[in-house]
Amino acid sequence: MTNIFSDTIVALSTPPGAGAIAVLRLSGPAAIELTDGIFFGRRLSEQPSNTLHYGTLRNGEAILDEVVVGLFRAPHSYTREDVVEISTHGSDYIIREVLALLVRRGARLAEPGEFTKRAFLHGAFDLAQAEAVADLIAADSALQHRVALNQMRGGFSRELKDLRQQLIDFAALLELELDFGEEDVEFADRSGLLRLLTHVQTVVQRLLRSFELGNVIKNGVTTVIAGRPNAGKSTLLNALLNEERAIVSAIPGTTRDFIEDEVSLEGIKFRFVDTAGLRDTTDEVEAIGVQRTRQRVEQAAVVLYLFDLVTATPAEVAADTAALPVPSGATLLLLGNKLDEAKPETVAAFQQQFPDLVLLAAAPRTGLEELRQHLLATVRREGLDASSATIVTNLRHARSLEVAGEALVAVQHGLTSGAGTELVAADLRAALRALGEITGDISSDDLLGSIFTRFCIGK
Amino acid sequence: MLTQEYDVIVVGAGHAGCEAAAAAANLGSSVLLVTMNMNTIAQMSCNPAMGGVAKGQIVREVDALGGQSGIITDKTMIQFRMLNRSKGPAMWSPRAQSDRMRFAEEWRLTLEGIRNVDFWQEAVTGLLVEDGTCVGVRTQLGIEFRSKTVVLTNGTFLNGLIHIGEKNFGGGRAAERKSTGITEQLRELGFETGRMKTGTPPRVDGRTLDYSKMEEQAGDENPSKFSYLDTPTLSKQRPCYITYTNEKVHDILRTGFEKSPMFQGRIKGLGPRYCPSVEDKINRFADKDRHQIFVEPEGWSTVEVYVNGFSSSLPEDVQYEALRQIAGFENAKMFRPGYAIEYDFFPPTQLHLTLETKPVRNLYFAGQINGTTGYEEAACQGLMAGINAHQRVRELEPFILRRSEAYIGVLIDDLVNKGTDEPYRMFTSRAEHRILLRQDNADLRLTPLAHKLGLASDERMARVEQKRQQTADVLDYLSKKPVEPGEINGLLEELGSAPIHEKTRVVNLLRRPQLDLPDLQRALPELHEHLGQYGAEVLEQASIHVKYETYIEKEHQQAERMGQLEDLRIVGRLDYKAMPALSHEAREKLLKVQPETIGQASRISGISPADISVLMVYLGK
Repeated sequence: MTNIFSDTIVALSTPPGAGAIAVLRLSGPAAIELTDGIFFGRRLSEQPSNTLHYGTLRNGEAILDEVVVGLFRAPHSYTREDVVEISTHGSDYIIREVLALLVRRGARLAEPGEFTKRAFLHGAFDLAQAEAVADLIAADSALQHRVALNQMRGGFSRELKDLRQQLIDFAALLELELDFGEEDVEFADRSGLLRLLTHVQTVVQRLLRSFELGNVIKNGVTTVIAGRPNAGKSTLLNALLNEERAIVSAIPGTTRDFIEDEVSLEGIKFRFVDTAGLRDTTDEVEAIGVQRTRQRVEQAAVVLYLFDLVTATPAEVAADTAALPVPSGATLLLLGNKLDEAKPETVAAFQQQFPDLVLLAAAPRTGLEELRQHLLATVRREGLDASSATIVTNLRHARSLEVAGEALVAVQHGLTSGAGTELVAADLRAALRALGEITGDISSDDLLGSIFTRFCIGK
Repeated sequence: MLTQEYDVIVVGAGHAGCEAAAAAANLGSSVLLVTMNMNTIAQMSCNPAMGGVAKGQIVREVDALGGQSGIITDKTMIQFRMLNRSKGPAMWSPRAQSDRMRFAEEWRLTLEGIRNVDFWQEAVTGLLVEDGTCVGVRTQLGIEFRSKTVVLTNGTFLNGLIHIGEKNFGGGRAAERKSTGITEQLRELGFETGRMKTGTPPRVDGRTLDYSKMEEQAGDENPSKFSYLDTPTLSKQRPCYITYTNEKVHDILRTGFEKSPMFQGRIKGLGPRYCPSVEDKINRFADKDRHQIFVEPEGWSTVEVYVNGFSSSLPEDVQYEALRQIAGFENAKMFRPGYAIEYDFFPPTQLHLTLETKPVRNLYFAGQINGTTGYEEAACQGLMAGINAHQRVRELEPFILRRSEAYIGVLIDDLVNKGTDEPYRMFTSRAEHRILLRQDNADLRLTPLAHKLGLASDERMARVEQKRQQTADVLDYLSKKPVEPGEINGLLEELGSAPIHEKTRVVNLLRRPQLDLPDLQRALPELHEHLGQYGAEVLEQASIHVKYETYIEKEHQQAERMGQLEDLRIVGRLDYKAMPALSHEAREKLLKVQPETIGQASRISGISPADISVLMVYLGK
């Protein structure tokens, strides 16, 4: 049994959460080709099996990460298919970007246990091994169960259920025309259907947009505190942590020269990273520290640049912030510390040059509430209220919503261009199938049930 | 002679039984067809019609597989219509009005023409079962016929109970005896049984109807047919008529509600929601002030008329009075009243996909006893059961059709994996691959399979090969043939389609929804001349391919994904109880259904993808 699967799957193989490195694994006929499309280094398709390669992952021009890629050609791999293992740095952002990139290029997110399934189906296991793996898979789905439960609390499945029901009712109207067109039935009001579709599309698109926020909620907002030495970074962090009793956890198990802590603000997790001071230096050890600070800033969703209102100058602040490699899409907040000690005219000068400046005094803990509001505002750009709206947190769900969205566009196009009802119905079923991957499948019985309760059918 | 051992004994000679007997015998098995009455072989118990939406596709599939229903329908129809013509080709559905008496006669003559079929007229009262294997049947006279396999097709006869108003009496059809013994024995052998209900409308005297008050519904101008072989097409046809019920009709029917066996709870079986009685319609949809009635002639020359849409089990006088309030029925005389019938069925989750029962080896069920309704549904099950019984006799591979291959595959897979609470009828919406399962390509889909079995003749196969080759040739030509703007823009303007600005290929124009092949042939003489060498069927096939191309591709991909799981066979009985990684529900369901492939397991309700993964891991040996 070789190559019984025609598609290529991908998944994160290391446990989720911040580790030093993460391993993404691809398996299937296109594993090597797909990786070649984003990997800059040696051409993997020309390399022998069981080899490691260093290079960069790129999304177009943008470099995502420096990685090591392991190449395992069929049948010399775990699944007995072509397998590529990509070791990236352990950033959720990088992992998510790389996964999304590979999925867009044609890989499919693996189901729980799917690598094992393929390995088994290709004869990689004997029965004794297989039974041990089966238990692992069961554990896998229990975890999934917990994730699903969490999402129910967010109203995700409820909102999708409503959506699904609306689509089923719509699909039923089309099926009615197709299966019972010869009978005395009323036909679907197309303009009403289009209105319904527009509404459903709005919800799907909103859920898709919420994915970004959902990720934030699931993985935390990486917030880097940068600034010159003695600007009060540690004091600020301590103030934030002590103020908030709801410290989620101190991230365990990593040795680092950064302090990371998580704070929950109104249900949104912020992961604060205190960095070594930023300054030009000739000291080699300190230079490494500064270099790492810059790396952390590159991965941040929010960068807090903190300076001392008493000792800093506007020119210095301008120069430092200009030099910070804040990624596009991330927010840079300027924080002027030690408000209690600064002269009013100095403060006024800063405010004039930096109108969005947040003023605070970390030690006596003044101005912290304003800072909190600014932090929360960074994740509410989409106008979403994390406390009440439905949030999508799962990449597979997001992908399903994307497929559903595309199918719904096809439905709308079909309806407006006068395509055959059977084709419109086919696209609508594709949309329902995609949503079904999240909410559970629909069956033809659901459609027929909807028809028979609403219409008088039958000779 | 009387007690020779047969390969296959078929009990019942309705649509299922006849197809089963013909298929097994044509494959080379020796067959005994046992029926309670040789004068009622292949009765159309309900309406005198074959086909319809989804059902017509099934008849085409039966024909493509080498079954008889299509041929017999073609020979005995009095009207043909291709339903859903206004929709896309995947929805086109052939339907025929049949001459009821001629249909039954033709079936009997067909069976008499098959050398391997023997007949015996008597009621079967029990099965011969030894060591969990069926080895024959026992009749009312106490005769034991032995066989290697038995196909049961008892229709509505098992403990049939007919209701008209407050009266009820045993019977398998109006004026025919019921059959007892088999259900009771099977229950003892561990079978689950249930009750279902169906109904039929009154028949009236056509001489007493005023057709001028009804709408005429004529057959197609260019009638098509069911069989892919050279059966005759109709040169003349009989029309049907459409009329409507009204408030007066409804009022009179309501006066009978207190005597309705359905409303008063005397009928326990569940009836089909899509084939409600007229009293059910006015009760459940009280706001509708009229319901459609199709007035269908029962044959070329008989005056008897079938009142389609007026199924009823109300007292006969209420039926009669209500009928006479319908436009055109003012002076109607009734031949036979409508009635409801309850009968035993065996929940079909007790079957393998071959239609062999799980509790008893070499015993096959087909038709209404599996909880289905409809001649077409019954016929195709009979065909499949007959084929599989023969395969068993010869110790050959079972013959199973996939959901992506045929409506027949959808039907049997649904029955076995989902079961059914109400009489199961096919709808196109039950198929995931509706764009693939069309009436125009049943031969391309299925004849090669049946030819390999030995059921479809070489002639059928040669036709399919030719159709396939010629379709490919036409598609190739269309994709190469260039068109200049000057040649075609006139036509495009005429049909409201955007003009072209540079040279293109014919195939690109044919993809447009506004354009059909005949339009293009009209504007492009060279195209017209070249295509002249091909038959209409081939041109239609090529055209459908172009129009549906992207959707066909999508459905093929989806079918392939499903198919990967279908290829993974579950051999033997697995000990699902000893698989703790499965969910509790999954263990129960798998134990009950005993799926034959991983794909089948994945469609059982209550089985999650995680369960399937676990199962696949356990499957290794």
